[in-house]
Amino acid sequence: MKNNTIIIIVISFFIFVFLIFYKGLNNSNIYKPSDSENKIVPKFSAYSFFENKLINSENIFNQKKFYLLNIWASWCLPCRDEHPFIMSLKGTNKLEIIGLNYKDNDKNAKKFINDYGNPYSKILLDKDGTRAIEWGAYGVPETFLIFENQIIKRYVGPLNSDSILEIKILIK
Amino acid sequence: MLSSLIGYYSLIFGLSISLLIIFFSVKNFNNLKILDSKILLFSLLQLVLVLVSFLSLVISFINSDFSNETVFNNSHTTIPLFYKITGTWGNHEGSLLLWLLVLTLFIFIFLIKSKNQLKKYRILTVIFQQIIIIGFFIFLIKTSNPFSYLFPIPKEGLGLNPILQDPALAIHPPILYLGYVGSSIIFSSVLSATTLNYINSDWAKHIKDWILISWIFLTLGILLGSIWAYYELGWGGFWFWDPVENVSLMPWLALTTLLHCILVLEKRSLFGSWVIILSIATFTLSMCGTFLVRSGILNSVHTFANDPERGLFILSFLFVLVFISIFIFFIFHKSDDKKLSPIFLLSKETSIVINNWFMMYFLSVVLIGTVYPIFLDAISSQKISVGPPFYHKLMIPFLIPFLIFMAIGPRLKWIKSDIKNKLSLAILLIISLLFSFFIVKNFDTKYLLNSILIGSAFYLFFITVRDFFSKKTQKLSQNIAHFGFSLLILSILFNSIFSNEIITNLKVGESYKNDDLEIVFSDLTRENKKNYVSLTGIFFIKEKNFDNILKPELRIYNQPKIITSEADIKVTFLKDNFITINNVKNEDHFNVRYLIKPYMLWIWVSVLLITIGGLMSLFNKKYEK
Repeated sequence: MKNNTIIIIVISFFIFVFLIFYKGLNNSNIYKPSDSENKIVPKFSAYSFFENKLINSENIFNQKKFYLLNIWASWCLPCRDEHPFIMSLKGTNKLEIIGLNYKDNDKNAKKFINDYGNPYSKILLDKDGTRAIEWGAYGVPETFLIFENQIIKRYVGPLNSDSILEIKILIK
Repeated sequence: MLSSLIGYYSLIFGLSISLLIIFFSVKNFNNLKILDSKILLFSLLQLVLVLVSFLSLVISFINSDFSNETVFNNSHTTIPLFYKITGTWGNHEGSLLLWLLVLTLFIFIFLIKSKNQLKKYRILTVIFQQIIIIGFFIFLIKTSNPFSYLFPIPKEGLGLNPILQDPALAIHPPILYLGYVGSSIIFSSVLSATTLNYINSDWAKHIKDWILISWIFLTLGILLGSIWAYYELGWGGFWFWDPVENVSLMPWLALTTLLHCILVLEKRSLFGSWVIILSIATFTLSMCGTFLVRSGILNSVHTFANDPERGLFILSFLFVLVFISIFIFFIFHKSDDKKLSPIFLLSKETSIVINNWFMMYFLSVVLIGTVYPIFLDAISSQKISVGPPFYHKLMIPFLIPFLIFMAIGPRLKWIKSDIKNKLSLAILLIISLLFSFFIVKNFDTKYLLNSILIGSAFYLFFITVRDFFSKKTQKLSQNIAHFGFSLLILSILFNSIFSNEIITNLKVGESYKNDDLEIVFSDLTRENKKNYVSLTGIFFIKEKNFDNILKPELRIYNQPKIITSEADIKVTFLKDNFITINNVKNEDHFNVRYLIKPYMLWIWVSVLLITIGGLMSLFNKKYEK
């Protein structure tokens, strides 16, 4: 009788350990630097690239899905490198990609989009670079992953296959 | 290309042989004669297949065959040949293949070495071992295939992590694996012996060699890793209580306890349950280490892959093994300790029980420190890290009685004994306490605990030294190991008490000066090597009785682009002078760290002495009377 109790205790202990490890395995262990992440997205307004009308930031990030804000410019060479990766994210479920066109010339930007494809659902204009400052961006390219009005991940510099994979894991 | 194909198919055939062996053994379990020769043949065949697979991976690495994904990810054409070869096991896939190779090698050696054991016991051991082997085969083929094909074939590989390009680290994994995998033999054997009710002194005598072998390799493996961390990571420490170090320490603690317990089982047929549980624990902890390291649940230099699927596989496999062992332990093991004569208070048995409890305590401290952050993260999403103070606070006080028992215990006899030469033991204790008090007082360290700890370490030291000269000493191996341990504790203590560190920023031509010494940064040379650029600083160190030139190095590797800092260490008999440089961003200044580490050499020497004790016990049976 006593033996049975021990068996049950031992087995349940190991099942408990298993469950904890299992849960630990699913936790993301990508440690994020604390600054500029988990911050609320800044409020701003900007002209839209295609329609030429003013859009308020509150009307952009308000739905219950992930947003990827990508700051780009046609004159920026690394942006060209990362563009195929952003294209590969296009059409991803629950993800809306928004472009912020930084200090650019309209004609060149249009040509860039025509040549390399348009992954963005909206493109906002930032002619003088002030919107990017509000986001605390260091430069172009820079990408922010947003969920429920919060920046959950920030990528300084061009995206690569690793960061794309990470984004895919994060939005799962 | 071709070698990848050969490697892959050898793996598949190797797996089918495992299934074949299990099928044959179960079918002909009662017809032992036929089975015996067949199993040996099959095991040999399996060993050859895994060896072929491993060699084809090595060949892919030597040829820089980038059509192989593993090679592409971990090699580069400019890496020296030696590191191309060692790069084979410097990655997740290759190291698992090495693990599998050692598994099959060991079971083959086991079969040859155990010819005069019970046939049923051998067959059952093979079956259990094959279960483990199958687990690794499936893991390898399904989640970490080392022979994945890449198309189009890349022109250049991604390179081997520069901190792995180091001779100590090249042999550290294989040695450590020999230790880990050796414990798998102990595991299979104990399960089989439990099932057949064969846990007795004959079995103990036979399995003791395997315990010693795994213990020796595990000790050496840990030592190599520690030496590597000391000079390559550039922190000047040799043990950081990093989770990855802990996972190698835990099986070592369990194995060391087992090593002592098995003696009692051999001589007195006692502690059967202890031996079973410890054998299971040793292998489970080794596997648990693999899980923690490979699943990416811990972040460290050893984390090759952050793939949850792999983690899940090892985790499930680990717990299948745990549940099989629990099942076997509770169903088949009948505790027969009661039948035997009682244990007397003053006897070798008692001292080994005490040793067991202490070791279990140390093991639980390390275990809790290592897995508690994972538990906390899983339950409450808090991220904490457990550092050295935790381990020091919990371990040091218990080390004192442990050392004293370690000094007295071996002097006791089996069954019933009394302490002879009480007077001399007491006098030695007083002498060592006075001695350590004198040292601590003289050097102005204020810690009471330290002086008592040093005292007890000296006690063990004096007693083992005295025993070297006593003619009655039969167990030279044991005495050497215990002497090594006292030396280890003493060197670690003196090292931590008397270490000295200077951190400063210097430019070429500048110097640093304080009361004791002067550091002159006289020159910086630049040299192009095969796959890195080397920046070597030339420093003159002027001390009272030490004038020397030290040349620390910064290596800027080309692929991947990583800077590593190579310490320059002047090793002398009594102390190490250790210097590293690091570049400060966008400046001509270099961050210079100069360390004086007393008795570093003795830490390595004492661990080697402990290992030599194990080796002597393995090869020289006459000492173990």
